[in-house]
Amino acid sequence: MNRPSPLDPRETASEQELIASILAGERENFHLLIRPYEQQLYRTAFALVKNEAEAEDVVQDAVLKAYRKLASFRGDSKFSTWLIAITLNEARGRLRKESRAAFDSLDEQREQNRDYTPAALTDWREVPLAALERQEIRALIQQAIAELPETYREIITLRDVEQVSVNDTASMLGISVALVKVRLHRARMMLQKRLVPHLRLVAKPERKRMGFGRLSWL
Amino acid sequence: MAMNCRHVWDHISEYIDNTLDPQLRAEVERHLATCEICSAVIDSTRNIIVLMADDRVFELPLDFSKRLHARLDEVLKREYPEPLGMGS
Repeated sequence: MNRPSPLDPRETASEQELIASILAGERENFHLLIRPYEQQLYRTAFALVKNEAEAEDVVQDAVLKAYRKLASFRGDSKFSTWLIAITLNEARGRLRKESRAAFDSLDEQREQNRDYTPAALTDWREVPLAALERQEIRALIQQAIAELPETYREIITLRDVEQVSVNDTASMLGISVALVKVRLHRARMMLQKRLVPHLRLVAKPERKRMGFGRLSWL
Repeated sequence: MAMNCRHVWDHISEYIDNTLDPQLRAEVERHLATCEICSAVIDSTRNIIVLMADDRVFELPLDFSKRLHARLDEVLKREYPEPLGMGS
């Protein structure tokens, strides 16, 4: 279900040209360079700081920083990866400042603990998508993501909301691919456990399950 | 040795992403064929993942882009990118 990477090689080539032109003095081209990523930057920032105005500030600061540091972008990662990594750092910096992170670091210690139990319910999966109260479910999911500890919120946002590849996620966060997978797994399990009982209440199945017809609406 | 439920739960995420090695995947599938609970856990997790991907359609605040480019413009007008080697 991974979507193709937002950059095909041709776009990357033209991005490199844009970057070269900016560094050569055509500063206005920086507008073009970042335009494709605005939404993604905003969503990523918002997932961390959870506040519209603050997310907007984070993106603005990150974009300005990217401009000022453009010469240090060496092209060994994608430009988008570099830009999102800067945005994540800005967002994290703000969280530290507000010492909201104190809470989250406790959860970090629990990362060693593999002992979770998923919510075992057999009803929700059978509900046809059309029958779901989609808005309500979407709100529940956003709420559940917002309540995850910072580490897991980052990973879920990059991998499952933004559909960033495992490798790119690893380089954005500066962690190993193995750790991306471990954290993603835990984050998904936390969401599953948190959400399924509620989703079941929102989406009442209209019929009993027939046979082994899994994934009827996927 | 047959996998138990707890062991299957450890692999749910990679199972869904289709990145388990084939032997492990086969073992998980053997378990799923008879375990209603694990099948449900996997399906519900997958549903949540599908719905999260939908969240990409997310509205930016009004004039977000305009404000971003206006602020950028002020800086672009008076500053060049820093030459390499200045700070980090």
